[in-house]
Amino acid sequence: MQNYSFNAQLSFFQKLKNFDYILLCCILLLGLISAFSMYSTDGGQILTHSRSHILKFLIFFPMMIVLSFLNIKFWHYFAYFFYIIILIFLIWASLYGIKASGSQRWINLYFINLQPSELMKIAIIACLAKYYHREQLNKVNTLQSILIALIILILPIMLVISQPDLGTAILIASSGLVVVWLAGLNIRYFIYSILTLLITLPFAISFLKPYQKLRILTFLNPDRDPLGAGYQIIQSKIAVGSGGLTGKGFLKGTQSYLEFLPEKHTDFIFTLFAEEFGFIGSLGLLLIYIVVIYRVIRIGAISRSYFAKFFCYGYGSAIFFYVTVNMSMVLGLLPIVGSPLPIMSYGGSSMLATMIGFAIVMSAKINHKHLIS
Amino acid sequence: MLNENFGVKKIHIISRRMFIIGAAQFIVFSGIIARLFSLQVTENKKYLTLSDKNRLREWRLPPVRGEFLDYFGNIIAGNLKIYQLHVIPEQVEDFRYLILRLKTILNLSNNDFKKIIKQKNKQKNWETLIISKNLTWEQFTKINYFLHELSGAKPVLSVSRDYPFSENYTHILGYVSEASEKDIIDNEKIKNNHVPGLKVGKTGLEKTFENKLIGTNGVQRYEVNAYGKRIRQIDYKDGLKGKTIRLTTDTEIQKLCNELLKGLAGSISVMDIYTGDVIAMQSSPSFDPNLFLFGINQDDWQLIRNNPLKPLVNKTVSGLYSPGSTFKPMVALSALENNIVSKDFKVNCTGITEMYGQEYHCWKKKGHGIVNLKSAMKQSCDTYFYEVARKLGVDRLKETSIKFGLGEKVLNENFSNEKKGLVPDTTWKKNYLGKGWVLGETLITGIGQGYILTTPLQLCLMTAQLANGGFKIYPKITVGENDKTAEEIKFLISESLKNPNEKKHKRLFKDPKNIELIREGMFASTNETRGTSYASRIEDPKYQFAGKTGTSQVKRITKEQRELNLTTSQIPYEERDHALYVAFGPYKNPRYALSIVIEHGGSGSSAAAPIAKKLFKLIIDRHEQREKTRNDKSLKI
Repeated sequence: MQNYSFNAQLSFFQKLKNFDYILLCCILLLGLISAFSMYSTDGGQILTHSRSHILKFLIFFPMMIVLSFLNIKFWHYFAYFFYIIILIFLIWASLYGIKASGSQRWINLYFINLQPSELMKIAIIACLAKYYHREQLNKVNTLQSILIALIILILPIMLVISQPDLGTAILIASSGLVVVWLAGLNIRYFIYSILTLLITLPFAISFLKPYQKLRILTFLNPDRDPLGAGYQIIQSKIAVGSGGLTGKGFLKGTQSYLEFLPEKHTDFIFTLFAEEFGFIGSLGLLLIYIVVIYRVIRIGAISRSYFAKFFCYGYGSAIFFYVTVNMSMVLGLLPIVGSPLPIMSYGGSSMLATMIGFAIVMSAKINHKHLIS
Repeated sequence: MLNENFGVKKIHIISRRMFIIGAAQFIVFSGIIARLFSLQVTENKKYLTLSDKNRLREWRLPPVRGEFLDYFGNIIAGNLKIYQLHVIPEQVEDFRYLILRLKTILNLSNNDFKKIIKQKNKQKNWETLIISKNLTWEQFTKINYFLHELSGAKPVLSVSRDYPFSENYTHILGYVSEASEKDIIDNEKIKNNHVPGLKVGKTGLEKTFENKLIGTNGVQRYEVNAYGKRIRQIDYKDGLKGKTIRLTTDTEIQKLCNELLKGLAGSISVMDIYTGDVIAMQSSPSFDPNLFLFGINQDDWQLIRNNPLKPLVNKTVSGLYSPGSTFKPMVALSALENNIVSKDFKVNCTGITEMYGQEYHCWKKKGHGIVNLKSAMKQSCDTYFYEVARKLGVDRLKETSIKFGLGEKVLNENFSNEKKGLVPDTTWKKNYLGKGWVLGETLITGIGQGYILTTPLQLCLMTAQLANGGFKIYPKITVGENDKTAEEIKFLISESLKNPNEKKHKRLFKDPKNIELIREGMFASTNETRGTSYASRIEDPKYQFAGKTGTSQVKRITKEQRELNLTTSQIPYEERDHALYVAFGPYKNPRYALSIVIEHGGSGSSAAAPIAKKLFKLIIDRHEQREKTRNDKSLKI
């Protein structure tokens, strides 16, 4: 086991047998639901958004299955490398990125416009998982260890904030912090940093972009400016609320097809779904996500290697963050920060990153008995 | 060993900490589910309402305005189908091309063209742009001919107010025009039924009966998208048409009045002496109310506004004139009623009367010699009436005048601009001018000059009430459901004459003989030689009428001017006398009364009385037709 041979001892059929089919079904189900939702946002037709979204799912889902056959050691081996590549992409984006709606998030890879910050959500978990995989418990709380972890965290966060993309930055930070927390960093440090955060928050707010400040104000009182900044959240709540118990029916969401809903393809896709399928539908969708998170965490629990454990726990928590932040946002529980709903929201990079994450998790499942030295 | 120990511990820490995260996740998910439940189940109604409020919008359609009919059921203010040209810019591929093409086809002026472009820039792309509010038939056919190359242009059928008799009814009906802010604020009903471009009555009966005429909106409910664009119609509700109002007027007579007044400033009123129906009521000069429908252009407006003959004033009800000699029947009647004079009372007219050093002239320089009541009325002898007025006193004169309708509005609230006029007495002068009444003022009041002011319609009413034997009538211009017929009123009058205590119909006199004397005087004035309007008489008893001329000064005549003895044409227009004439007929069995006022016409006998002659023929000829219509139940409104 000293040498890294990526096709480990398991045969193809053994691997196939080790797949987590429940997780696979849930992902497929989410893909299906997202296809129908996207079809609805296009007003009951297959237009650009639905076509592109379905196509991306049809490419990335098989890709995920293929990647799952890679041994977990492969991911462990290349974790730092991925992290550095994505970090370079981020720097590239901040220098030569494509500008759209006030921020510079994308890089042009000719066949796809990639949003490296989405990939960073996965890379940071993998990187920190590898970092803590080796770290002895007694060394976790040394100054040197903390500093390295902080650097790993802060570099991408700063880059993403500067794009500016607060939502993604927060998600990257929280995904990374979960791994740090799991690694056993003294609880004191968390308490200290939360206190420091609270104290510096007023100062930090003064550094926010005007539109970000506005979002916070709007969150605190959406009726402040119902046709301006508060419009999105008010219309979103109307859409969700008017859905009722059973919803208005597929393709009958008036809020969406009469274009009252903002950004219905991306961040607000859940709103459309909730309007058309009601409380029961929303609960069902939420349940699928909960099952996904549960399965991912369970894989972490049965994994023998620390890397797999850290990654699965980290990734499960990350999905939890994506889902809850997105839903809380559209339900008016959090200020509006750009955060897509995994698989459901339109966006290639997000889908790609999510699928890579699932591929690593699946690989951990297949190789859960393996130890990585 | 150490490693292994730490390894076990590490696993424990990871699991424990993951458990904490899991618990936190559980709490957060519960919170989200609770929020979903509260939004979608608990507050569903509220959000459903908000969502409907978002997507449903009502469009009110303009209400269809009630019509005006004349007595014979002819439409005098109707709703005309008009052709408009609409363009929805959003549906046009090349707006510039289309609008330039339309400009040449419709021959739009540069000014109109600019207005359209301005309007287009003001409104949303999917809102209807009205290129032309009223296409002529030629323009409409031309548009239809070229329609294949005008994609996006829509010829549309719409409804507009229409006054088929144009200037003949202007002052009675008034006109409609786009509702102003003030109209909307002042009138609740306009506010409730308002749609952009709604036309409401601005003057005349159109304004008075606004609330009856306006009708109610139709309503279209549409589903709209976030940008206000209509997606589909959900619901449609018809509005109610406004009430149709039938007038008492006769369009034929109205038309003749208008013709007779062409080029003159003045007024003619014709009234049924029993029912009080206003048969005709024309003020001149008039103007075409149709000009106001689509916004009057500046040139036309200035022409109307700056006309020195004042077409905007409804002279019949708001023109105030000294009645001149047409007031003499009132003076004579008042004197007879108060037993101041008898019919045999005589005065020697020398052409001039002196009192307290002031000279009072009779219109006839040489004087009329000895005149009695009848000959004084016939020849309109001023000296006689100076003397009668002096003996009578102004207070008693006022009492009689008020009874006959002077100094009061004739048509109540039908015309907001109707004036009350003025019948002076001693208290009035003390209260309003702060001075005592002087006898000289009584004298000139006796010939209808001085403070006294009347509207032409008041003079008509006065004459009508003399003609019907001195009974009160209630003038009206609209036909009501419970109107008494002339026969019913005549019957009541004859009952009242037989029995003086019978109060069924209000008497305006004490002794019917007095009224008869006045009527004889008026008959003589028109039908006997040396009568002031003898030249305008009709001998055929069918049309024969009795009247009284009047010439009222607008300016005090100085001694020098009197000696110059100028003819009318030699005096500047504004200083010429007003010519008046009141009459009733047919004399043997009177039915109609009229009053004519010609501003600065010169004298009553030369300018006003001849008009009556031309008018009476038609009035009497139309009588039969009118009676037939009266019994026509199908016209009852």
